[in-house]
Amino acid sequence: MARTLDALRDTRREWMINRSRLIASVSAITIVLGVLVYRYYSLQIVQHDDFMTQSDRNRIRVEVIPPTRGQIVDRKGRLLAANKPTFVIGVVRERSEDPAALVDTLTERLSLTDGELKAFQERSERRRPFETVPIKLGLDDAALATVAVDLHQLPGVVVDAQLTRDYPFGEALSHVLGYVGRVSAEDLLELDAERYRGTLHTGKVGLEKRYEPLLHGKPGYQHVETNAHGRVLRVLEKEAPVPGKNLRLYLDLDLQREAVTALGDQRGAVVALDPLTGGVLAMVSNPSYDANLFVEGISYSDYAELRGSLDTPLLNRAVQGQYPPGSTVKPLISLGALARGFITPDTEVPDPGWYRLPGDDRRYRDWTLRIRGTGHAERVDLRMAIAESCDTYYYDLAHRMGIDVMAEVLRPFGLGHRTGIDTTGEQDGILPDTDWKRTALGEPWYPGETISAGIGQGYMLATPLQLAQAAMVLANKGESFVPSVVHRVDDLTVGGVQRPRIPMDEAAWQAVVEGMVDVVHSPRGTAAGIARGVGYQIAGKTGTSQVVSIAQDAIYDEDAISERNRNHGLFVAFAPVENPRIVVAVIAENGGGSGAASPVARRIMDAWLSEASDA
Amino acid sequence: MPEYTRFLEGSDRDLARAQTPAERLHLDLVLLTPILAIMTTGLFVLFSASDGDWDTVNRQIRNFVVGFAVLLLVAQVRIDTLKRWAPTLYLGALLLLLLVSFFGVGAKGAQRWLSLGFIRFQPSEIMKIAMPLMVAAWVVRHALPPRPSTTVTALLIIVLPAAAIATQPDLGTAILVGASGAFVVFMAGVSWWQIFSGALAAMVCIWPAWLFLLRDYQKQRILTLFDPEADRLGAGWNIIQSKTAIGSGGWSGKGYLQGTQSHLDFLPESQTDFIIAVLAEEWGLRGVLLLLLLYGLVVARGLWISFTAQTSYGRLLASAITLTFGVYVVVNMGMVAGILPVVGVPLPFVSFGGTSIVTLLLSFGILSAISTEKRVLSR
Repeated sequence: MARTLDALRDTRREWMINRSRLIASVSAITIVLGVLVYRYYSLQIVQHDDFMTQSDRNRIRVEVIPPTRGQIVDRKGRLLAANKPTFVIGVVRERSEDPAALVDTLTERLSLTDGELKAFQERSERRRPFETVPIKLGLDDAALATVAVDLHQLPGVVVDAQLTRDYPFGEALSHVLGYVGRVSAEDLLELDAERYRGTLHTGKVGLEKRYEPLLHGKPGYQHVETNAHGRVLRVLEKEAPVPGKNLRLYLDLDLQREAVTALGDQRGAVVALDPLTGGVLAMVSNPSYDANLFVEGISYSDYAELRGSLDTPLLNRAVQGQYPPGSTVKPLISLGALARGFITPDTEVPDPGWYRLPGDDRRYRDWTLRIRGTGHAERVDLRMAIAESCDTYYYDLAHRMGIDVMAEVLRPFGLGHRTGIDTTGEQDGILPDTDWKRTALGEPWYPGETISAGIGQGYMLATPLQLAQAAMVLANKGESFVPSVVHRVDDLTVGGVQRPRIPMDEAAWQAVVEGMVDVVHSPRGTAAGIARGVGYQIAGKTGTSQVVSIAQDAIYDEDAISERNRNHGLFVAFAPVENPRIVVAVIAENGGGSGAASPVARRIMDAWLSEASDA
Repeated sequence: MPEYTRFLEGSDRDLARAQTPAERLHLDLVLLTPILAIMTTGLFVLFSASDGDWDTVNRQIRNFVVGFAVLLLVAQVRIDTLKRWAPTLYLGALLLLLLVSFFGVGAKGAQRWLSLGFIRFQPSEIMKIAMPLMVAAWVVRHALPPRPSTTVTALLIIVLPAAAIATQPDLGTAILVGASGAFVVFMAGVSWWQIFSGALAAMVCIWPAWLFLLRDYQKQRILTLFDPEADRLGAGWNIIQSKTAIGSGGWSGKGYLQGTQSHLDFLPESQTDFIIAVLAEEWGLRGVLLLLLLYGLVVARGLWISFTAQTSYGRLLASAITLTFGVYVVVNMGMVAGILPVVGVPLPFVSFGGTSIVTLLLSFGILSAISTEKRVLSR
């Protein structure tokens, strides 16, 4: 049938159709070809420069080489804060076929915690393409060998070696050094993000925080050619990082450990200063914590335990703890009174065991009342008043000086204002006067409060460091230095900054120091107990401060309350008297009396002075 | 057969001239020369794209050899024979396509392959050949231009296998198969208003196709076309990298074997679908235009063959094969340059891969046969 139809076909018409359709096709092809050529022209000629840049940016990557953090060493060069090589396991999403499954695998293999996973997610959101995002940090050699030995064979997993902070002496130095922690989003608000690219840790507390800009260093850069998988093929250009500066401390590791041992389980603080420089030889706050816990992020339960503890281990008592200084202010008041002519070294005051303000019935009791009820003596002079810590003498003196004059003479010793030591969190303490009370409490000053202030009680608060600083002024007879933990930053000396000198007659210093020597070396001295077998002369002053209150709403068991209501024992001292080499301030929280503090100071002075004579 | 051709001017010259060896083998050298030039160019580009892997180049040469053997074989077949066997071939291919839907072997999430144990092949490739043969055979049953009923049945013949291929899913091949059939209908002289109303109907069909037919990854590809920056590391990566490769080539290119995009692995599929980007990066716009010129020569010759073919069937077939070849080139170069969706169409004779080369050369064997048959007839 087809054949018969063929015969009927109009061949010429079909040929004409084909010709017209071919012409239409050629037109269409020309148009499409034109579009195609225009597209390639537009990409390759018009936008060539953009794409060339894009292509270079593709293959050339700027890598940051984080600087090595400066180390911290003690006065003899022993490493206190070191950089330890650890391993980081990271993930490059682009290199994995199934990143979600990979993360699951790693979670199981490395037993990642929820916190680690959350941190990983947060970091993932800030990442750049082909950037390695850390998922497990701080694995040491052994841990890497056991859990992660073949992980690097999984596509998308990167095992990187890097340096992390290590505090080899843990608790003993945590309060002095502070610690570093992971750079957090809040940290980046104050840090220069460009300088911290590639850096995982930053100082959070203490020296690590205070000296962060110096310890950090400056990152280096390298331009590398990479392929699409982020693998570095060659380094095109390199700028080496500048490592952070090293800190050399005044602190002596042996003395620090001696202080820790001497304090034992006793809650409290010890500050030992070098009177010739203001350098911190030892600074202990007990209880302490292990700074290493914070480096890679402390677990929630560990942190909750530290935060919630009644013993406040996170508080650096040496600079943050504020205590009524008690009788340790008596030598300072005496000096002020001598300078202002309120007393001479020979001024005598009768001590019946109590003191009464003129026109007032209330009796202010001398501390001896608890022991013998007769007071110190018929007549008490300055030397005896200091040696036996005669309250009545100072009640009388305080009353005569008045609170404002008393504050005025105490201020140059550094009370009421932070010392400016190079660590974080230091507190001001309180040096009360009428102005202060009106401002702080909105109340007028009552005469009775002056009497309490005369023996360092009432509103007056000081940190152990402030007490040590004041003792340094005594030791140097007016000279003193801003307390400093760091001696040198690399080769630059930063410690030994002088404080304003307190000008005073030699006789005045002499009189007060004589009294302080008697505190230890006279049989009736309040710290006579530590004089046994001592091979040098100590000038000291004891103190006992009443615990004002414990928070009413907190629930503590009864033993704890009674224990925590006991008086704090304080002791400040310097030695040897003629040529002071060490100043010590000790506070024994709820130690009952200064008897809990003075032996600690003796041990520290022994250790330091025997060492010094050995050297 | 039209008898008057004998008396056309020039016919006697054909008769008088002695046959060259090429003519005796039914080979159209004017068609094959630019193809060989494209292949040679392609081998150079492939050598660079495979990072100097001789093994890949050798396998591609083998593909060419096999393809030419097929071409030589097919060129000897009479067009009438092809026309007679077209329905059988078409129905067989359709059956296999349906089999693939049930017994196919998957690769990359798509069921395209049929395994016979010793050999795996894609029935959709057979359909590429069978489609123009069948549609042309169908429309020339009656005088041209086709009647509306013939057009409608022809469209059914086209849509059925195209839809089957699209659901495998293999959008690229479906487009090529559909286009090869549609070109036959177009060349047969369907009136323009029918074409426009058909196009309108097709557009209306796109909405349900978008909803039900296209897989997520295909939708993604089309969406990516409009905004590749939206997903830089995911679906947009290929397009961004290929555009970067092309654009950074400039007029004269980065130099042979010097392309950073391809040699540093930024460019995906650089040996197969995206190989034009390697050429554009290393040889620049110069190279692209040269390649386009060669493709243009092939298409021009193909259309000339259609123009001079003796029968309507030969004319339809020749133009359909040629235009489909053009679609190959345009879709591939368009998608790599980011003006068409990424649908998985190789660049003819340049992209690595045996299947498409053999199928293409087979169709050019048919073209060669059409080109040389007029002389056989003339004797």
